[in-house]
Amino acid sequence: MNQNGRFSQVFNILFCAFMLAPIVVVMGVSLTPEGFLEFPPSGISLRWYQAILDNSDFIEAAWISLKLGIVAATVASVLAVPAALAIGQGKFKGREALQALFLSPLMVPTVVLGIAFLRFLSLFGLNGTFTGLVLCHAIIITPFILRLVLAAVVGLDRTVDRAAESLGASNWTIFRRITLPSILPGVIGGWVLAFITSFDELTVTVFIVNPATTTLPVRMFSHITQTTDPLVASVSALTVIFTIILMVAVDRMYGLDRLLIGEGKK
Amino acid sequence: MNEKPWMMSAPALTLFGVLLLVPLCMTFFLSFNSFGFYTGIENTVSMENYVEVVSDSYFWEIFGRTFAIALATTFFCALLGVPQAYILYRLSPAWRSIVVLIVIGPLLISVVVRTLGWAILLGNNGVINSALQNWGLIERPIKMMYTSGGIVLALTHVFLPFMVLAVWAALQRKDPAVEAAAESLGARPFTIFRRIVLPQVIPGILSGSLIVFSMAASSFATPAILGGRRVKVVATTVYDEFLNTLNWPLGAAIAMLLLASVMVIMLAWNRLVERRYGEALE
Repeated sequence: MNQNGRFSQVFNILFCAFMLAPIVVVMGVSLTPEGFLEFPPSGISLRWYQAILDNSDFIEAAWISLKLGIVAATVASVLAVPAALAIGQGKFKGREALQALFLSPLMVPTVVLGIAFLRFLSLFGLNGTFTGLVLCHAIIITPFILRLVLAAVVGLDRTVDRAAESLGASNWTIFRRITLPSILPGVIGGWVLAFITSFDELTVTVFIVNPATTTLPVRMFSHITQTTDPLVASVSALTVIFTIILMVAVDRMYGLDRLLIGEGKK
Repeated sequence: MNEKPWMMSAPALTLFGVLLLVPLCMTFFLSFNSFGFYTGIENTVSMENYVEVVSDSYFWEIFGRTFAIALATTFFCALLGVPQAYILYRLSPAWRSIVVLIVIGPLLISVVVRTLGWAILLGNNGVINSALQNWGLIERPIKMMYTSGGIVLALTHVFLPFMVLAVWAALQRKDPAVEAAAESLGARPFTIFRRIVLPQVIPGILSGSLIVFSMAASSFATPAILGGRRVKVVATTVYDEFLNTLNWPLGAAIAMLLLASVMVIMLAWNRLVERRYGEALE
């Protein structure tokens, strides 16, 4: 039942139009047959999608971003899941400080993180390396996984663990057969959110890439600041489509609102 | 002393210690070093970078502009996001899942892409200006690119989902019976919203504002694309110092001042919220 009055309905429509406007415009521009940014496009052509294929820079950058997102999200999950279990299940001194530390990348301005990583990596000759990117991204995306896994851990029924323990199951068996299956939706949701965050990250990454490890957002950013042609619009349109597919999948599996609010099921 | 939780957190703790705390400390120390055009970074300790920033009106202007943009963005996010969250809350489940996808989904789309969209909309030959000119409403294009106003507009779009989420979360915690009571006593919808709903979601608005403000104050991509070199903010200034001028110590000092001012504002804000609405947040 829709309880909103007419004014609210108009507001809702305008609000949705506002949210969609820049995205629709980018998708529209990408179909132009002309050599400049034009909206609405005067015709429909896939010329600028063809142009991506001739431009190996963007394809290479997309591969790097894809690999980086997958590796960084996986590394961060492997680190964050045990930490979330410890924080969520244990009562120990320093628990809150630990949680604050793991969530702190959300509090520090990203530009500060960027220069701090740049300073550190360049002293150890790791600047611009893929390893450096993976480790820095793992730090930035850990909070997203931690929050979702924590929400899942808090709702766990510990009596099942104790039952398994009393029946002689080892810690590893308990984790693998009982804990992990019940927090799995949270872990998967966190992984996807972490992957998307890494895939889109610009402000930190722009400081710590070199020409050989340029990621897609950095490539797009430097393209936009140097020239204006519809090439970057067609690349953008493809990333939007890729994100929408991921988003719908996550929404079906986990619920988009729950993923982004970071709260457990009530 | 229970050691198990520490062992489970050890891998993450090591990564955060080595790659987050150490680099942040190093950046802090870097901000006291000096920089020579021919000698590079010199290992001296002085306050000269901070003195340079504080005594130069150019930097005051940049910091002032940054916080003005962040404040305006927060204001517009609250103005638009609060009613939208309430509308979302009252939609039927089927409609709600569609509108959630439209309202919150853009959060997952790259800021670079969203800002590119605004650049196409706001340009002198952009969508908005040509539409207004075609309809004969204006004669000459309104300048929106390379203005603070354009940046505020785009940042509002970028951060609105955070405000909607925060307020929506607060709405789900409130007591629906009060609203029903007001309605049965004959209150008009707007009165219910203003007198019943709004006071209950103020903690949500405040926490949403905090998120939006701190992210807007340190945003980089949107001001860099829409403001260019003409409308500089703190984040783009730091970028220029590090990657163009190569004066890392000065850039580090500017970044530390940004970090400090954002932290101070966040702590003060948190304290205010906790003192006034501590119970409501439980």
